[in-house]
Amino acid sequence: MSQKTNKFIVAVQSLPSNIFSGFVVSLIALPLGLGLAMASDAPPMAGVISAIVGGIVVSVLGGSYVTIAGPGNGLVGVLLVAISTLGLQDAYAAIICSGFLLIILGYLRLGKLADFFPSSAIQGMLAAIGLIILGKQFHIMLGNRVVLDNNLEYLAAMPKAVINVFSYSDTGIIAACLAGILSLGILMIYPKLRNKYLQLIPAPMWIVLLSIGFSYYFELILNQPNPISSDYMIRGIPAVDRLVADIPKINFKAANEWMFWSQVLALAIISSVESLLSIKAVDKLDPNKRRSNFTKDIKALGVATAVSGFLGGLNVVTVIARSSVNVNSGGNNRSSNFFHAFFLLVFIVLFSTQLERIPLSALMAILVFTGYKLAAPKNLIKMFTIGKEQLLIYSITLIATLQIGLVAGIVIGTTTTFIIHVLTTKNFELFTRNFLKPNVLMFQESEGQGQYYVSVKHFCTFVNFFRLKAKLDNVPETEVVIVDLSLCEFVDHTVMDSLSAYQELFEKRGGRFEVIGLDTLSADSSHPFAIRKLVPFSGLLNQNLTKRQIALKSLSEDYDHDYLAKRIHKVGFLESFIFFRSKHLNYIHNLIKSKHEPITAFDVNFSEGEFIAKEVVNTTMVHIYMQRQLPVFTLDKDGFLLRLYGVAGFKNISISSPGDFSKRFYLLGENPKDVKAFFNKTVVHFFESNPHFHIESNGKNLLVFGKERTASIQEITKIINFASRLYQVIQNEQDT
Amino acid sequence: MAFSPNLKANLYEGARLAQFLEAKLVLIHVGVLSEDNRAMLHDMLTVHKKNGLEYDVRCQMGNPVEVILSTVKEALIDLLILGALQRENFFKYYLGSIARQITRRAGCSVLLLIKPSVDRVPCEHIVVNGLADPKTEKTIATAFSVAKDLGARKITIVEEIRQEEVAVSVDDDRSLRRSRIVKERLKHREESRVNNIISNLPDHIKSNIQIQSQSIFGKRGYSIGHYAQVVRADLLVMNGPVKMTFWDRLFPHDIEHILGELPTDVLIVQ
Repeated sequence: MSQKTNKFIVAVQSLPSNIFSGFVVSLIALPLGLGLAMASDAPPMAGVISAIVGGIVVSVLGGSYVTIAGPGNGLVGVLLVAISTLGLQDAYAAIICSGFLLIILGYLRLGKLADFFPSSAIQGMLAAIGLIILGKQFHIMLGNRVVLDNNLEYLAAMPKAVINVFSYSDTGIIAACLAGILSLGILMIYPKLRNKYLQLIPAPMWIVLLSIGFSYYFELILNQPNPISSDYMIRGIPAVDRLVADIPKINFKAANEWMFWSQVLALAIISSVESLLSIKAVDKLDPNKRRSNFTKDIKALGVATAVSGFLGGLNVVTVIARSSVNVNSGGNNRSSNFFHAFFLLVFIVLFSTQLERIPLSALMAILVFTGYKLAAPKNLIKMFTIGKEQLLIYSITLIATLQIGLVAGIVIGTTTTFIIHVLTTKNFELFTRNFLKPNVLMFQESEGQGQYYVSVKHFCTFVNFFRLKAKLDNVPETEVVIVDLSLCEFVDHTVMDSLSAYQELFEKRGGRFEVIGLDTLSADSSHPFAIRKLVPFSGLLNQNLTKRQIALKSLSEDYDHDYLAKRIHKVGFLESFIFFRSKHLNYIHNLIKSKHEPITAFDVNFSEGEFIAKEVVNTTMVHIYMQRQLPVFTLDKDGFLLRLYGVAGFKNISISSPGDFSKRFYLLGENPKDVKAFFNKTVVHFFESNPHFHIESNGKNLLVFGKERTASIQEITKIINFASRLYQVIQNEQDT
Repeated sequence: MAFSPNLKANLYEGARLAQFLEAKLVLIHVGVLSEDNRAMLHDMLTVHKKNGLEYDVRCQMGNPVEVILSTVKEALIDLLILGALQRENFFKYYLGSIARQITRRAGCSVLLLIKPSVDRVPCEHIVVNGLADPKTEKTIATAFSVAKDLGARKITIVEEIRQEEVAVSVDDDRSLRRSRIVKERLKHREESRVNNIISNLPDHIKSNIQIQSQSIFGKRGYSIGHYAQVVRADLLVMNGPVKMTFWDRLFPHDIEHILGELPTDVLIVQ
């Protein structure tokens, strides 16, 4: 009960900041709503209606916290096609149906469509949408209204449009063109200005305010008509009293046509994809570290879309730009979304007719800027650095989307990705045979701090990533997760991308998320049993460090150690350890060398059994070069390797100590007398009070290791720290 | 038994096992055994014979599956040893079609070897299933006695809990908390059940063995294999299959997953 009142008080206390951020967001939402609607060939008010409906419905029914709902950039491309093929009236019917489809998807828990597409294809599709917006609106921004056949032609005509500007003769159009270019300039310069008062109002709103001021200046002070041609002013904004009368009458006559349903499907898919991407991105920004309920949100968005369609609005999706402004302005719960809608409603009621004073070209400048940001040429460079095949997927999706359509684009992109995966692995069976297998194992390790260990088998790509994701979503972000991909033969870029997103999320929420088993992922040896694995996402094999290796490197720098990622095949210094007596040492890599102490940590790759390679094992070990005579012994908690050392003629040695040392550890050695002398009170106390590792002495040097798998970064820090203290203790003991 | 390159390794494994279990080794060969081959067998087994191995060779013509199954019945065999195949170039083992049919239909326990070795590779860690099944108690008991005979040090009992039992789908922080509570409760339930089974076992077969239990939420029959592979267990002990129908093969479950993808040596207790 007290918790409930507490929550209520917190909500009330945070109300002012949410009202403020709602207000700031509404300042952006107004021009964007108008612009996005016009870019989709819908009446300008449609965009504002969808923002109002979205804000109210989603804030009440939604499952996310700091997101803002409204008309989306990504949908412009689809809506444009829907309206041009179906006509405005039927398009509203399609919007309503897509809303219902989203509700159904939400109930079936299938809303996360974006999780099933490769990330490069999605990037390509988003870029294409950006180009669609950019290509079309660029001409209007320059005061040059053209009608062309398809998106590519609009893009191709852009240079010509720029040249044409210099041959304008109509002053009205020149003024419109200047307004457009000026607006674009404001948008580009705005982020670079660091003025407190200027930044209070977002750039799009500056454009709105300046254009309205400009128009009044001519009307009231100069008593002249607005120099901008009336052709290039926003029109069709109804007065307040006409708003209700303008609500379209929807009929579903078109519902028996195939075309209608393909549009519905496209609207629903893109809505879901855009919303999921936005929610994921915004969750990372949430200052209160909450987890959004996407299923609940998609249902709310569906309801909002249906309502919006009935009222003459467009699809409602979660939008990233407005949401991040919301977070930055102090919004911390759903009420800011509600207030954003409320303020929009107030603007419309009070100033709707003033909006007709905004030049169309200025509004379209906002869209050109948005489109450019979506297309983001820097993504192209990023794709190239990830790998040529990613660039290929990206480009194919982009061109297919521009040329054919959004749904076709994403389907072609997905198919291309799969074909590329088959070609790089040269193993079609790998995918067909293992697709249905539940290839992800997750369990909580009972030793240590109860971290979650996740192992993935066979392959892990966008095709079956949902399995891994389902497991990972079951772990609170405050826990420790270790994802082991060493049993995978193939891991694709989509998975790596998503895993790094998880990593970021876990780090932000105080947990830890580590990926291991990638360091060896390559076909590197001619040994017939060598595990063949591919890392296509890292471009040139072996040269690029994996994330773990980069982390190791920075770890070494932090502790002033030397780091060497290279494989070293000369590992004679290990051969003298009895542990390796029956094993075949292949190489060591990822060396971390302490500069001050003779301690080296490394990953060692060995196979068990000489004749019939039992298994190739990767383990992290620490070697301490003691520079002095030591008794030959081995210390272990499990007694796992007793037999191995038994063969070597070791004897069980029991040490009497006040603690339960002998009960807890298996200590074996060649010469009990020396070993007993070595394990004096201090040394025994050290082992009793520290985490246990397996330790072997070969008479000169010590070998320390833990689990029979590569250690995570934290585990490495622990083991190095342990080795360093062990070194100190032994050094001190022997000197005294 | 066939005259393959693995013959020697297979024979050695079988002979060693028979000695550990103090049993008689019966070699079943489908087809005609020439004198040369017979001599070769005796040659190979002389080392073991010196150590007191009793063995018998039976050969018969016919359909391999039928021959082996009928011999198993006639000779009252307790444990059938079969070798697995390895996918080329990969560390993946699977059962050939004949071995699979035998495994499904055999009336006795079956041991599937994935990597027979001439030299002895000691068996250290055994993973055994702890399903809520009437057969489980016997399977766990068998695992312990095998551990005793082979000198294994550690037994992990894996309880596979089906995801559907959790019945909470995780959407946000609240449902996540709820699902964790449910999982914790299921885990306790399973662990106490397994502990109960263990406490019913006689003490002398439990001594000197480290016992661990691990709950896994996942697909039954598949995740235990994956687990055994991850912890690099030397032997996986499973309940014998319930009667198979056509549908079981079409939608593989429990033991079928293991047969398709052997993670390690597998003992199926009948």
